[in-house]
Amino acid sequence: MNHLDALPPWAAILVAVFVLLGALFAFIGSVGLLRLENFYQRVHAPTLGTTLGTFFMLAGSITCFSVLHGRPIFYEILIGVFLTLTTPITLMLLVRAALYRDREEGSQDVPRKLPGE
Amino acid sequence: MIRRWFPHPVLSVLLLLIWLLLKQSLAPGTILLGALLGIALARMYDLLRPPKARAHDFHLLGVLFVRVTIDIFRSNLAVARIILARNRSLNSGFVAIPLDLTDRHGLAVLACIITSTPGTIWVSYDSSANILLIHVLDLADEQVWIDTIKRRYERLLLGIFQ
Repeated sequence: MNHLDALPPWAAILVAVFVLLGALFAFIGSVGLLRLENFYQRVHAPTLGTTLGTFFMLAGSITCFSVLHGRPIFYEILIGVFLTLTTPITLMLLVRAALYRDREEGSQDVPRKLPGE
Repeated sequence: MIRRWFPHPVLSVLLLLIWLLLKQSLAPGTILLGALLGIALARMYDLLRPPKARAHDFHLLGVLFVRVTIDIFRSNLAVARIILARNRSLNSGFVAIPLDLTDRHGLAVLACIITSTPGTIWVSYDSSANILLIHVLDLADEQVWIDTIKRRYERLLLGIFQ
């Protein structure tokens, strides 16, 4: 059918477990995004997808293609590195925008502006 | 002369390594192009006049990496449990942490650690008072979080960058 047929059963099971675990963490993160109460709580949830979710997906990909090609293939690690470096920028931008909005509205739930921010 | 052409040697080598990893080859042409890219991009980066990074203790960097990896695993499970537990009243809130760390690169690494760990987010940083504001999903005791950030991460980062 396709080239995945060349994958030995033990590797196929291992890859399947990794991919499912990754999908599970990404899914729980999405559920959290839906379920948690306010914005500041919600932004925590997707980090599950960018950390362990990505980790298990990459582990699955590395296992699958290393076994198929018969040599270690690990450039997927770069995806993890780039995600770790770029996620904080997006998250901080979103949180700071929310904080700015709440402070402008005079919300009592957020801390006051510090002089040097 | 050397400084002019190689303002950031470590960055150049890292870029070369990333290039080789992406191309999955060690052919002379790939190495040549990667080296040229590494040198050119490092020179462009220098145009931004970045503050000099002085990472001295690479052993501590390894310790920090292992510690952060363990923490990311643990807090993933903790946050997953919080999300899946229905109707649990959640006490989340902001924590202000007075920092001793002032090095910009150290702060950048700390930002990556705090945001990459589920359950904590870097909110803002006051550079004059050196106070960091984070948001914690499951906040039981503010002091515990202040101690955690300061003991587990900041102490190591101070050793690495300052």
